[in-house]
Amino acid sequence: MIKVLSSGFFNTIQDLGRFGYGELGVPVSGAMDMFSTNLANSILKNDANDAVLEITLGKTKLLIDEQTVISITGADFSPKINGVNVPLNTALIIQKGDILTFHNARYGVRCYLAVKGGFQTDIVLGSRSFYKDLTTQNNIKKNDKLPINLFSNNKKKTFSSVKINSIHFSSNTIEVYTGPEYDLLSDSQKDQFSDVLFTISKENSRMGYRLNEHIENDLGSLLTSCVLPGTVQLTPSGKIIILMRDCQVTGGYPRILQLTENAINKLAQKSTGDTFKFKIVSLD
Amino acid sequence: MRPYKLTYKRYGERAILIEWPPQIDENILEDIINFKNKIVNYNIKVIVDVINTYNSLTIIYYTTIDNIYNEILTLKSIYKEVAALEQENNYCWYIPVCYDEYFGHDLKEVSAKNKLPIDEIIALHSSPLYTVFFIGFLPGFLYLGGLPKRLNLKRRSTPRLLVEKGSVGIGGAQTGVYSMQSAGGWNIIGKSPIPFFDVSKENPCFAKAGDKIKFVPISLREFKKIEVEIAIDFYKIKNQIIND
Repeated sequence: MIKVLSSGFFNTIQDLGRFGYGELGVPVSGAMDMFSTNLANSILKNDANDAVLEITLGKTKLLIDEQTVISITGADFSPKINGVNVPLNTALIIQKGDILTFHNARYGVRCYLAVKGGFQTDIVLGSRSFYKDLTTQNNIKKNDKLPINLFSNNKKKTFSSVKINSIHFSSNTIEVYTGPEYDLLSDSQKDQFSDVLFTISKENSRMGYRLNEHIENDLGSLLTSCVLPGTVQLTPSGKIIILMRDCQVTGGYPRILQLTENAINKLAQKSTGDTFKFKIVSLD
Repeated sequence: MRPYKLTYKRYGERAILIEWPPQIDENILEDIINFKNKIVNYNIKVIVDVINTYNSLTIIYYTTIDNIYNEILTLKSIYKEVAALEQENNYCWYIPVCYDEYFGHDLKEVSAKNKLPIDEIIALHSSPLYTVFFIGFLPGFLYLGGLPKRLNLKRRSTPRLLVEKGSVGIGGAQTGVYSMQSAGGWNIIGKSPIPFFDVSKENPCFAKAGDKIKFVPISLREFKKIEVEIAIDFYKIKNQIIND
């Protein structure tokens, strides 16, 4: 069991997401940065769908009341075990009673804590990913107790460490495919999508990121249709919204671009005030 | 009329979007649902979700689609096949709604704007057999077709930050029940005690695309009674098979 002594800005349990319930209006959810989540699980030789703790913008204190092995990936929130700095992207042996803390961000926005065997919180509709109104909790609070398994065969050698490419955090290129309504744009609008340096507004969450810049627009709304995490919508007033993992399954704004899976992961490590450019890539 | 001319588009790495003409039309819905059922019956392992809206089907794959042309060819041939013999039953669901002003925060406004007495709003809203076109926006939020023209009213200029679960609203030419507490801009005319999404049930949402909804006006007193019956798991939603 892990006891939460203090919880940061917004912490949730996440796995790969909730599949097969889209036709009932259920969002996919899942870890915002799947790249870092997969890394955290693979370091521990966990299953890819084992649940991790997604920590947004640091400042979290956990008491790990079980012998286990953990890994920390994604954003660098200067993690410490019992006050001593520990590295990211490697297996860390934990003794019962160890205190794990996360502090200010050196880089990135979301950090992932994996434990051997994964967090054992409730499965709802096939997934442990937190989502408002589906799971009993919507985020982690102080004094929560997160169930984990005991793992005592903790020889560090059995696990791997990885070196990560810092481009995942530093790159300001967001790769996109053209979306279903891209062809409705004028040439000048298409140019703007490729040329403008966009800024993430303070309205950014697991549901979506709004951008500060506007694109003059006379396209109306569509007949409500399906949207996906990573869909870039253009509203009638010219606002741009990038949908993220907790987005609704349907929407009525033109779907201009679609982020690549990896671009969603990269964007998940950016926040208010960060800038980037879209780069259109082709799949075929 | 059928078969419709469909367009197939790649939608990101893991999805294919199929589109029908952009209309709210029950014939199109029937064609979409037939196609959807055929795809689901094929039981293609790599497909994780098949989601329909008024005029589209989105087919979501578990991993990146390697050969998009092959995949689209497969889907096209499935579309041409004769429908499977076994069809799921469709139901009409009788949904109690309390149109008391205690819940219907915008009844007076709808009455003034659409020049209809409140009694008539209630009579009009509870008379049609609405068609469930799809579920979206929130888990269990049904997109219903069939709102009488005289009740059409554009969304509120400023959305409410909090609309209670169960609230019945009108947004433009659409009507629906907020299946969960949410922000929302629809004009609220009543509230239903029926839960539209329950994660503890094997099938969390009782209705599906192609079903019908009939709203039944109830008093505030009946609302409270049904609320209690639901809490003790005693209430059963009245329904009727409506297959041809």
